[in-house]
Amino acid sequence: MIIGFRLNGQEVTARVDHPASLLDVLRDQLGAYGSKNACEQGECGSCSVLLDGELVCSCLVLAADAEGSEVTTVEGVAPEGELHPVQEAMNRVGAVQCGFCTPGFVVAAVDLFERNPHPTSREIKEALAGNICRCTGYGAIIRAFEELAGREVR
Amino acid sequence: MTTRTGRRSVQGGIGESTIRPDGVPKLRGEFMYAQDMHVEGMLWGATTRSPHPHARIVSIDVGPALAIGGVHAVLTHDDIPGPGLFGLEHPDQPVLAGDVVRYWGEPVAIVAAEDEDTARRAAEAVVVEYEELEPLVDAEEADARDEVFRRMKIRRGDQEARGSVVVEGYYEVGMQDQAPLGTEAGLAVPDGNGGVDLYATSQFVHVDQQQVVEALGLRPEQVRAHPVGIGGAFGAREDVNLHIHLCLLALYTGRPVKMVYHRGESFTGHVHRHPARMWYRHEADENGRLVRVEAKILVDGGAYASTTAAVLANACYFAVGPYKCDSVAVDGVGARTNNPPCGAMRGFGAVQVCFAYESQMDRLASALGMDPLELRRRNALATGDRLATTGQVIDTPLPVVEVIDSLAAMPLLVDEPGSGGDLPGGSGLTTEPRHVRRGVGYALSIKNLGFSEGFDDYAQARVRLSPEGAIVETAAIEVGQGLVNVLAQIARTTLGVSRAEVRHVDTSRIDSAGSTSASRQTQLSGGATHEAARRLRQRILEHYRADDLDDEGVWRGDTLVAAWDDLVRDGWEETVTFRHPPTEPPDENGQGKMHADFAVAGHRAVVDVDPELGLVRVLRVDTAQDVGKALNPESIRGQIEGGILQGVGLAVMEELVLDRGRIRNATFTDYLLPTILDAPDVEAILIEQEGSWGPFGAKGVGEPPTISSTPAVVAAIRDATGKELNRVPVRPQDIALEEEVAR
Amino acid sequence: MEVIHPRNLEEALAAVADGMTPLAGGTDLMVEVNYGQKRPERVVALRRLADIADFSPTRIGAGVRWRRIEKEGPRALAQAARTVGSPQIRNAGTIGGNVATASPAGDGLPFLAAVDASIELTSGSGSRLLRWDEYFVGVKQTARRSDELVTAIVLADDLPERQEFAKVGVRNAMVISTVCCVVTRREDGATTVALGSVAPTPMRARRAEEMISSERSPSEATLAEFARLVSEEVAPITDHRSTEEYRRHAAGVLARRLLERCLRREAA
Repeated sequence: MIIGFRLNGQEVTARVDHPASLLDVLRDQLGAYGSKNACEQGECGSCSVLLDGELVCSCLVLAADAEGSEVTTVEGVAPEGELHPVQEAMNRVGAVQCGFCTPGFVVAAVDLFERNPHPTSREIKEALAGNICRCTGYGAIIRAFEELAGREVR
Repeated sequence: MTTRTGRRSVQGGIGESTIRPDGVPKLRGEFMYAQDMHVEGMLWGATTRSPHPHARIVSIDVGPALAIGGVHAVLTHDDIPGPGLFGLEHPDQPVLAGDVVRYWGEPVAIVAAEDEDTARRAAEAVVVEYEELEPLVDAEEADARDEVFRRMKIRRGDQEARGSVVVEGYYEVGMQDQAPLGTEAGLAVPDGNGGVDLYATSQFVHVDQQQVVEALGLRPEQVRAHPVGIGGAFGAREDVNLHIHLCLLALYTGRPVKMVYHRGESFTGHVHRHPARMWYRHEADENGRLVRVEAKILVDGGAYASTTAAVLANACYFAVGPYKCDSVAVDGVGARTNNPPCGAMRGFGAVQVCFAYESQMDRLASALGMDPLELRRRNALATGDRLATTGQVIDTPLPVVEVIDSLAAMPLLVDEPGSGGDLPGGSGLTTEPRHVRRGVGYALSIKNLGFSEGFDDYAQARVRLSPEGAIVETAAIEVGQGLVNVLAQIARTTLGVSRAEVRHVDTSRIDSAGSTSASRQTQLSGGATHEAARRLRQRILEHYRADDLDDEGVWRGDTLVAAWDDLVRDGWEETVTFRHPPTEPPDENGQGKMHADFAVAGHRAVVDVDPELGLVRVLRVDTAQDVGKALNPESIRGQIEGGILQGVGLAVMEELVLDRGRIRNATFTDYLLPTILDAPDVEAILIEQEGSWGPFGAKGVGEPPTISSTPAVVAAIRDATGKELNRVPVRPQDIALEEEVAR
Repeated sequence: MEVIHPRNLEEALAAVADGMTPLAGGTDLMVEVNYGQKRPERVVALRRLADIADFSPTRIGAGVRWRRIEKEGPRALAQAARTVGSPQIRNAGTIGGNVATASPAGDGLPFLAAVDASIELTSGSGSRLLRWDEYFVGVKQTARRSDELVTAIVLADDLPERQEFAKVGVRNAMVISTVCCVVTRREDGATTVALGSVAPTPMRARRAEEMISSERSPSEATLAEFARLVSEEVAPITDHRSTEEYRRHAAGVLARRLLERCLRREAA
């Protein structure tokens, strides 16, 4: 079947012949490789997207269930050529190592800061508890967002 | 004529925390990982794997798989044109199993099809008839049956030496997984002339290329392995997995072939950290000085060799830790079983023994009634001393005492239990402050840097000048650690220019940089970059009889004698192969100069424990680490924080659970990685001392954070609970229930 | 591949009756799809079906997501909701999905057992209410017929004043429960104790309930006996996540701690 949805503001269509996930369709059909696949079961957050404004794991969304929805991926969080403040904050403090988890953290943090521009450290951690990073130990990620939240950063 | 207005200082040189050049593309989702590669007309590959840990293959019927529309190839052992074997140290592992499968998940057939879904269905459709065989899954039984990859014997000093205070212990380390977030992935593109270009997840492209060539009976010039974006490694990308499969499928079909492992497959598709059993006896005099250490170390190498021999050797060489002792006996066994193959993981053998020897040091301190740090200080190794096991005289800086003193001086920054909500049990609301007991624990570690035992360990790098500035060409893999920063920083400082960047080139265009492992690239590829840049600058200055080089060009006094564009046009470049000081294989007693350099680290962990439920919250892990010279402090901090969390993971949650050779928890639901709510706060002191042979005196920094963080956490849990805890990871039942201390 | 997005419950029920696979938040089904264990070719997508997303003190629509329950649900269910997966999972996963999957480790299920909730099952021929212990039959086994949808959780209008939830997992967040427990208590002392991950279905520790319900201010010895009874009544297994022995132990500890929390709130 052919499905259609809005991806980062653009109407897109894709053909799904088997129960593919939204993540598979984003990557393999639409060339949106920013969302990453690392666990296929919603346990790492690397494929995080906003589906109709809600932060979800795109690996657990049946692609056909995105029909008519608005999907925002890491490619769509900032205008072309610009960085979202969340991306700037991570870049400044060295919160990126291998970078495989990074798009998921960016999308989850964009969601957090839209709902709560001045989160506490606790709120930052709880909002990002579904995103696994294997490289950084999270220290720089926390520092990036504490700084962005305008709170004291050690 | 241009007149100079005064020399600018180099921007972005060593010692600065430069912002990594790949940060923005990674943050935008534009960075190209192996998983993201795609070319027109490519096929997808998939793998048929053994459901048994040990079985004879009676027959393979590829017919049902080939009958699926869109399937282009289904290949088995019989389709391999060459010897069909690979292995990092010994080529003992079949590319595809022939008559026997030796571990659960071993590849038996590979398919190529029009899309990923079809390829996976085809791989499932291959019909393999097995005759199950009894798997050998116990390492001690393998030892008894002499199924071993290597035996190690170390004897040093007076074997009759005896101390007045004796502690004995038995320790176990479970099987940890590297679990890099990017799974195995790659693309192989046939060149139309019988050769192939391989773009696959790797820590070491030259050894991949060599193994493809040898396994498939190709000529070296027919295979080019390209460095490609990789989502972490931690040792799991050192061995070949899908590389030869991809090349075989691409050459057979004449089409590009892409393959990506899913997480479950990844857990069977790469080697793991060796599980270990260790028996220890420490003897000390009444002042706490180590008189004798005896150890038996048994690691389970699984079904194929991988790097078991080297991991075992490392475990044995560092079996005493960063301590002096003149009477040592260590016996080591690397067992061959039908468990999943084990190989490299961050810390490489030093991790397992560190848990044991640091547990022993705490027991010894307790037996002596001595402060644990004081005991360590009394026995601390220093430059000029001999390593307790091998007798090697340590001739590079070894700040063990400085690490101890730094740790002791760090303030204990912790609040009351539960403040900020950080209680054991987390969001599960299991624990109230009144249930909590706090503990503090310390541990130290030592590990070699670079490859050892006489291995010809080198790295090549090329520095050339381009319109964009200096270019460092290398095949050294950036796994996330920040090599793309540090090599450029070294080039900037050494050349005297502010514009420099790293470009990765394939195996046909440069010689090996060696593996991105053993904490070696800053020293080895950094050393090659440093020397290439130094020579290039010197040659340019000599050529122009000039006295300075900067972004504008070459200067004689205040006169620009050649502009940067002129230098670029003249094609200045310098290629250097850098070797570390030579090492040698061990003698029959395990003695000799096996290591080029060492690094030490120390950790202090603070934990809150709910003893009744056995739940642990690691609040802080503070550290002091020997870094030689900090070339990029923020990158080092990133290595330290990330390495510590992997050590915390091993201490309290990370373990592959086996049931007769089968992995029971090959998913991220059940192989638990620490989340942001499990991460301790970290304060780090970097100890800089001159004298190492690395560029500007730098040492590798990647592995030490992972090694002693684990025993420090366990020591803290012991401090809180009084339990013996002789096994990691420490499980809730180990704390909450009566202990069964084995052996 | 055929996927329909029903505009109302009738369309959804017709699709289910026609053999289509119901898909709500996807957090269970898509895991099985991604791991090649299921390959549904005809799916009825319920994510946007408002008809089953109603929410009142006595009725929680099956399509209500954990994100909402953690803010608006009854106390112990809200506590449980906060431990379901990650923020991403709580944004997608529904209470109806938890009930339909009927995993022994379902975080929301002990609450249903503790308050004697009923499950509303609806088919083209109407609705029926099954009490939780009629509905949950075994490991991922329920009394739902293949033509029925779980449409709501129905709660009594007098939920216990005191209710507390806790869950043991090896990680501080995003973890499958090793044991989870809900204890409720009324003014008159009537106490319920429900547990998850310790039996094929959510269960009640009835002997422990009976013993403690008659105690107005239990002594230390009574509390210990209460914990012992809970440990005795559960029927856990040893698997790769934990051991039978630990689960028994932890069940007792959790039940006692939750009871103490109820008693403290009573006193306060």
